[in-house]
Amino acid sequence: MEVILTEWIPALLVLMGASFMLLAAIGVMRLPDVWMRMHASTKSATFGIGCMALALAASHLHDLGVVMRSIIVIGFVFQTAPVAAHMIGRAAYLMGVTPWRGTMRDELEGRYDPDTHNLASGNEH
Amino acid sequence: MNLLDGAVHLASVMLALAVVLAFIRLLRGPSLPDRVVAFDLMTSVAVGIMALYSLATEETVFLDVAIVLALISFLGTVAFARYLEQRGKK
Repeated sequence: MEVILTEWIPALLVLMGASFMLLAAIGVMRLPDVWMRMHASTKSATFGIGCMALALAASHLHDLGVVMRSIIVIGFVFQTAPVAAHMIGRAAYLMGVTPWRGTMRDELEGRYDPDTHNLASGNEH
Repeated sequence: MNLLDGAVHLASVMLALAVVLAFIRLLRGPSLPDRVVAFDLMTSVAVGIMALYSLATEETVFLDVAIVLALISFLGTVAFARYLEQRGKK
């Protein structure tokens, strides 16, 4: 039981986290435009960090300080990664980066005020 | 060699490969936001590497370094996004 808890579960979680981070890097390398790359990097890498920190917590269950710090890492990364991704995506859109040529439609087209960068909902009337 | 050591070795190879792939995108990335995304991914992988290192060597102080690096990475990304948006405005 002890061996399962301190070896098998951390080994599984470490491999899972590393696979997701490698998947994020492959996505950033191969996907065609900045928003797709951003979605690959944000979601998979965040989940990968979560798995890594959980592995550390599982292998140090006797040490409450390590477990709490792992939980802090997870909570912090899961809160900040979406905010950062949203800000980069918005900045890329406002800069006028061209989307992938297979993009079907752009729902934000004409909604951003070019001077103030305010987003209109389309239901103002 | 026990199971966890093998898993840690395999995982460090995968994370090194992830840093290399992200760095290729950082060099190539056609627009500036692409480079910021690649850099953000590199710091995320660095946080993972620190968690892996503290798992491998029992030096749990590296977990504090990982927290600080995650904070710096977030601030850097937000600052880059603000800068790009303000630059595109004029």
